[in-house]
Amino acid sequence: MTALLIAQIVLTLFVFFMLLNSAAVMVYVERKVAAQLQQRIGPSLVGWKGVLQPLADIIKLMFKENLRPAAADPLLFALAPIIAATCAFAAFAVVPFGGETTLFGWLPEGIRLQVADVNVAILVVFAVASMGVYGIVLAGWSSNSKYSLLGGLRSSAQMISYELSYGLALASVLLLANSLSLTDIVNRQGGSWWHVLPRWYVFLQPVGFLVYMTAGIAETNRAPFDFPEAEQELVAGYHTEYSSMTFAMFFMAEYINMVTVSAVATDLFLGGWHGPFLPASLGWIWFLIKVSAILFFYVWMRWTLPRYRYDQLMAFGWKVLLPVAVINLLVTAAGVLYFGI
Amino acid sequence: MGSESALFHLFGAIAIIASLLVIAQKNPIYSVLLLIASFGALSGLYVLLDAPFVAVIQIIVYAGAIMVLFLFVVMLLNAPHEDTEHDLEVHPLLRGGPLRAGALLAAALFVELTWALTKGGGESGGFPGAAVTSVAAIGRSLFTDYAFAFEVTSILILVAMVGAVVLARREPGTK
Amino acid sequence: MPVLNQYLILSAILFSIGTAGVFLRRNLITILLSIEIMLNAVNLTFVAFGRALGSADGQIIVFFVMTVAAAEAAVGLAIVIGLFRHRESLNPDSFTALKW
Repeated sequence: MTALLIAQIVLTLFVFFMLLNSAAVMVYVERKVAAQLQQRIGPSLVGWKGVLQPLADIIKLMFKENLRPAAADPLLFALAPIIAATCAFAAFAVVPFGGETTLFGWLPEGIRLQVADVNVAILVVFAVASMGVYGIVLAGWSSNSKYSLLGGLRSSAQMISYELSYGLALASVLLLANSLSLTDIVNRQGGSWWHVLPRWYVFLQPVGFLVYMTAGIAETNRAPFDFPEAEQELVAGYHTEYSSMTFAMFFMAEYINMVTVSAVATDLFLGGWHGPFLPASLGWIWFLIKVSAILFFYVWMRWTLPRYRYDQLMAFGWKVLLPVAVINLLVTAAGVLYFGI
Repeated sequence: MGSESALFHLFGAIAIIASLLVIAQKNPIYSVLLLIASFGALSGLYVLLDAPFVAVIQIIVYAGAIMVLFLFVVMLLNAPHEDTEHDLEVHPLLRGGPLRAGALLAAALFVELTWALTKGGGESGGFPGAAVTSVAAIGRSLFTDYAFAFEVTSILILVAMVGAVVLARREPGTK
Repeated sequence: MPVLNQYLILSAILFSIGTAGVFLRRNLITILLSIEIMLNAVNLTFVAFGRALGSADGQIIVFFVMTVAAAEAAVGLAIVIGLFRHRESLNPDSFTALKW
C-alpha cells in the first residue's frame, strides 16, 4: 500500500520535472531545427553540439533585472505569469503516457502512468485550456501599456475562438470512443486491422486530426497563428513588459502547452503508447516517439509558413475551421450510427 | 468521512469569502477575478456531490467563458471607479440611507431561505442511494426527456448572440 | 460527511450575498456579477437535491441554468456597453431619467 503511495508521489514529481525539462529541450530543438531549415548551424558553442544552450539561456534569464512598470497593477502583474504557468502544468495531470507497468517488478501491482485517472479527462484538458486565457489577458491588462493590451486582447480573442473547433474535434473522437476517459480512448486504439494498419483514430478521423492540430497550434499562439506576439507587429504582445524570470514563465508555459497539445493529440489520434515490438509496460517509449514527431511538426510549421494577419486568422477560425469541425462531427455521428463502430 | 467534511468546509469558506469580497471591491477587475475563485470553489463542491460533469462544465462555461466576457467588457469600458466624490470617499458598503435597508433585507432573506430549505426534516446521515455520475446517463436523459428544452436553449443562445452583436454595435456614422 | 442541509445553508448564504450585492452596489457590472452569484447558488441547490434524490435531473437543470446565465450575461453586458457609450457612466443612478 505504501509502496503504491510512494510510487504515486514519485510519479507526480517525475511528470512535473519532465515537463520542465521538456521546455528546456524544446528551446534547443527549436533553435537547431530552425537552423537546419535555414541552412545554418545554430547553437554549437555551448557544450557538445550546443546541447547546453538552454542551460545558458536559463542562467542568462535568471540574472536579468526583474522590472515592473511603475503604472502596472502589482498584484495582477505578478499573478498573470503564475496563472499561465500553472494552467500549462495542470493540463498534463490527466494525460496518460504509458500502460500498466510494475516498474520492472518493483511494485506489487501495476500502476498506470497517469497522475490522475478521472473519467472526464478530456473535459478537464479543455477546462484547463480555457483557464489559460486568463494568464494572457491579465498580462496584457496589468502591464498598462498599449502594445501589451492590444496583444493580450487579440491573443485571448484568438484563443477563445479556436477553442470551439478544438472542442468539436475532441467531440468527434468522443463519438468514436464512447468515453471521456483518456485511458479508455487509448485502450480502444490497441491492436490493428489486418495486422498491418494500427487501429489509430487518425485513420478514422483524418479531418478531425487536422482540425485538432490546427486549433491546437492556434491555442498555443504558435506560428502561423502567432500574430499577437510577432516582433514586427506588436513588439512582443502581451509579454512586452515582462523580463527575467516572469518572461521565462510565459516562455515555459508556451512550450509546455505545446507539449500538452501534442500529448493529448497522441493519446486521442495516434494510439497513445501502443506500438509494435514493445509490450504495454514499455509503451512510454512509443509515446515519447510520437510526441516528439508532433513537436517536430510544430517547430517545422513555425519556420516554414508565413504568419497569418490577425483578421485573416480570426476569419479562418470562424468561417473555415469551425464549419469544417461541425461537418466532421456530423459525418462522424452518421458513420458511427451506420457502421456501428 | 472526515476528509469530505473538511473539504466541504474549505470549499464553502472559499466560496463565501470570495463572494463577500466580490461585492466589496471597488475595482471591477478584482471583483471578476474573485468571482472566478468562487466558481472554482463551487466546482470543488460539485465534485464532492459526485457530479464531475457539472464541475468541469462550471469551469469551462462559467469561469472560462462568461467571466472572460465580463473581463473583456470591464477592460474595454475602462471605467474602474464609481463616479461621485462622495462615492470615492466612502466605501460602497458603508453608505447610509436606503443601502442599509438593502443590507438588512438581504440578511432577512438569508434567514427566510435557511428556514424554508431546512424545515423539511433534518437529515442525519450522508446522502442516501447512489448518485448518477456518468456523462452517458446525463446525455441520454438530456436528449430524450429534455430534448425540447435542449433545442429551445440552443435557439436562445443564437438569439442572445445576435442580440448582443446588434446591441453593442456602433451606429454607422457616429463617433 | 456533509449532509444535505449544510449544502442548502451554504447556498442560502451565497444567494443572500448576491442579493446584497444587487442592492448595495452602484456599479452596473458589479450588479451583473452579483446576479451570477445568485445563479450559482441556485445551481448548487439543484445539484445537492439531485444528489439527495439520486437522479440526474438536478445536473441537467444546472446545464440549462448555465446556458441561460451565459445568454443573459452576454445580452446584459451588451446593454451595459450601449449605456456606457451614451452616458459615460456605469452608475445606475445616472439612468433615472426616462429620456435617452
